[in-house]
Amino acid sequence: MTATSRPPTFLGLPTAQRPSLPTAPRGVGHLRGDRSFPDAARDALRDGQLRANLGHATSTIRAKRAAVVGEVPDWEELRQAGKALKQATMARLDELLVQLEEQVTARGGTVHWARDATEANEIVTRLVRATGADEVVKVKSMATQEIGLNEALEAAGIAAHETDLAELIVQLGEDEPSHILVPAIHKNRAEIREIFLRTMPQFAEPGAAAELTDEPRRLAMAARAHLRERFLRARVAVSGANFAVAETGTLAVVESEGNGRMCLTLPQTLITVMGIEKLVPTWQDLEVFLQLLPRSSTGERMNPYTSLWTGVTPGDGPQEFHLVLLDNGRTAVLADEVGREALHCIRCSACLNVCPVYERAGGHAYGSVYPGPIGAVLSPQLTGVEDNASLPYASSLCGACYDACPVAIDIPSILVHLRAEHVEAQQRTTPEAAAFRALSRAMSSPWLWRLAQRAAGLGRFLSRGGPTLPVALPPPASAWTRSRDLPTPPRETFTQAWAREHGR
Amino acid sequence: MRVALFATCLVDTMVPQVAHATATLLQRLGHEVVVPPGQACCGQMHVNTGYRREAVPVVANHVRAFAGAEAVVAPSGSCVASIHHQQAMVLRRAGEHGLASDAEALAGRTYELSQFLVDVLGVTDVGAYYPHRVTYHPTCHSLRLLRVGDRPLRLLRAVRGLELVELPGADQCCGFGGTFAVKNADTSTAMLTDKMANVLSTHAEVCTAGDASCLMHIGGGLSRLRSGTRTVHLAEILASTEQAVTPHQATRPAVPA
Repeated sequence: MTATSRPPTFLGLPTAQRPSLPTAPRGVGHLRGDRSFPDAARDALRDGQLRANLGHATSTIRAKRAAVVGEVPDWEELRQAGKALKQATMARLDELLVQLEEQVTARGGTVHWARDATEANEIVTRLVRATGADEVVKVKSMATQEIGLNEALEAAGIAAHETDLAELIVQLGEDEPSHILVPAIHKNRAEIREIFLRTMPQFAEPGAAAELTDEPRRLAMAARAHLRERFLRARVAVSGANFAVAETGTLAVVESEGNGRMCLTLPQTLITVMGIEKLVPTWQDLEVFLQLLPRSSTGERMNPYTSLWTGVTPGDGPQEFHLVLLDNGRTAVLADEVGREALHCIRCSACLNVCPVYERAGGHAYGSVYPGPIGAVLSPQLTGVEDNASLPYASSLCGACYDACPVAIDIPSILVHLRAEHVEAQQRTTPEAAAFRALSRAMSSPWLWRLAQRAAGLGRFLSRGGPTLPVALPPPASAWTRSRDLPTPPRETFTQAWAREHGR
Repeated sequence: MRVALFATCLVDTMVPQVAHATATLLQRLGHEVVVPPGQACCGQMHVNTGYRREAVPVVANHVRAFAGAEAVVAPSGSCVASIHHQQAMVLRRAGEHGLASDAEALAGRTYELSQFLVDVLGVTDVGAYYPHRVTYHPTCHSLRLLRVGDRPLRLLRAVRGLELVELPGADQCCGFGGTFAVKNADTSTAMLTDKMANVLSTHAEVCTAGDASCLMHIGGGLSRLRSGTRTVHLAEILASTEQAVTPHQATRPAVPA
């Protein structure tokens, strides 16, 4: 996709006039699970180790975040500033992207436009091949996980080495990431030690295993020895981006470990894959987000490493820089006047850490690289809601995510909106829809409603005089009664009793 | 003041004693209570399950039923939050702009019980007597949509004989979530289990809250476990007095074991 053939955005147009825009294609990338959320969650909930690991990790990070957010007196103003900046950016994303392209190009970089995951993977594969390299080092990146870049490179005979510690754990364990910030959050120290012992060549020799304990420092040192060699030999690095400044063409990556910095500075060639929504208009706008992001994500006042680069600097760092701008359904999200707020996300994962559903079901149950509350609104929009129809329902609408979001994305409202989009997309009347329609008719006509209430009250005869209804009820009531008693309905409703007592 | 009581569909149909307690309490405080007979539901269940079109006539019925009411009080944070945050939006989306303005005006006169008592009537001691060990669960919509804050706790602290014990992890959702409790029954139950563990850790006799829906879920779980800890709506506690409620009634569980 070139700048001139970019599809227009449909800001301001009512939903009814919205044309159908392309969503993320099937068969490539990691935005769709093989099972519905309730099915996947059912299995995850039985994994006691997972529950313990997640409960421990999320409560620790929740407390850290609460402490550092609490010490900022103008947090709410900062949050609203972040939201306003994102809104303003989305309103003229088309212009700003062209500006970014001009700036990156003027400073010696090359910009590529990728309509979807397939195109992005093709572009990156071609660029790596052109260097003659058969391996790349990777900076932790959600965009490349989203498009399944590692698999695409592998199919082309190119090895992709994850260098973020948690991504490395996931890659070595042949696992899937389960959290935006801490992809191996579902693993504890002992499990990580086992993965390292099994997969790192340095522990292959007999007796070497004794050197590795589950002490975080020992584990980090093992990863360091494993990675150092790869950093020094790599000729190509692939990264994502946290931000891109349109006015200067500057890219930014924030991280904790410094492994990203190694990738961004040592290799000859750097290829960055970035979702088109990651833009900020000006350099000064970073000021807001660089305060919001670390406090919300790792619970730190400032992240240890902030790497910023602009095009190519002769004699310093990568001498070839490519920026791949990825759509993969984002323009379709932008066209939805309620759902587009999901594009404001800065991938801090605060919503995951406060979500009671995420904490119990874990990230894999969402079937997408974007789990948790933000994933439940982002994944179905990127793929089209019918391809992820169970995700908008994977929330009790408790609202903790909205409170925690550093750019004030009203996730519960988007969830409710997407539920409606799903319901309205059904061609045939489902039993649920029939029930809700009947209930709607009853609840909008007082006499019919009294009749329906009286019918519900007849349920009391099922109890045979007992205080609760029988446990064995037909679906969908059984979904309730499997774990919870239902009280026997009363003989008389409140409004009936009131009318009787007050002579109506 | 003449107060129109919105019982809510769930309370009216399943736990009428909660609406009864609300009416008794408001009358005891010297107010006239009316119960508009046309009332049914706020429409939240339809909206939150994705049936926003089907919610339109339900919301319209609610707005009609309470037209002209000076103040509307409901014993539910969740239903009042829906009235405040969803009703006008749903009507506007359906092109019902006139009705949407009416809904907005009505929402401005609609209060959750603890808000009405503390903010409008200016009382925290309602003269209640409830000699039990009680823990309070702040329901999500009371907490995060209505921001009722510590109003229910202030009301409970003023109840004579009541021993209030703090609930660990109080701000965590109980897992009810409307149709979530059925569509994602396993996750809902896992959340409920943790909530119940916290409730039981307080050794309270009673777990109270401002929403009968969440209490039906928590109470249903506690009853299934034969735990003996029962759920009682805030309105029932505040309505209890030494004279008006017999010890038998005051200790009656929402879901009897």
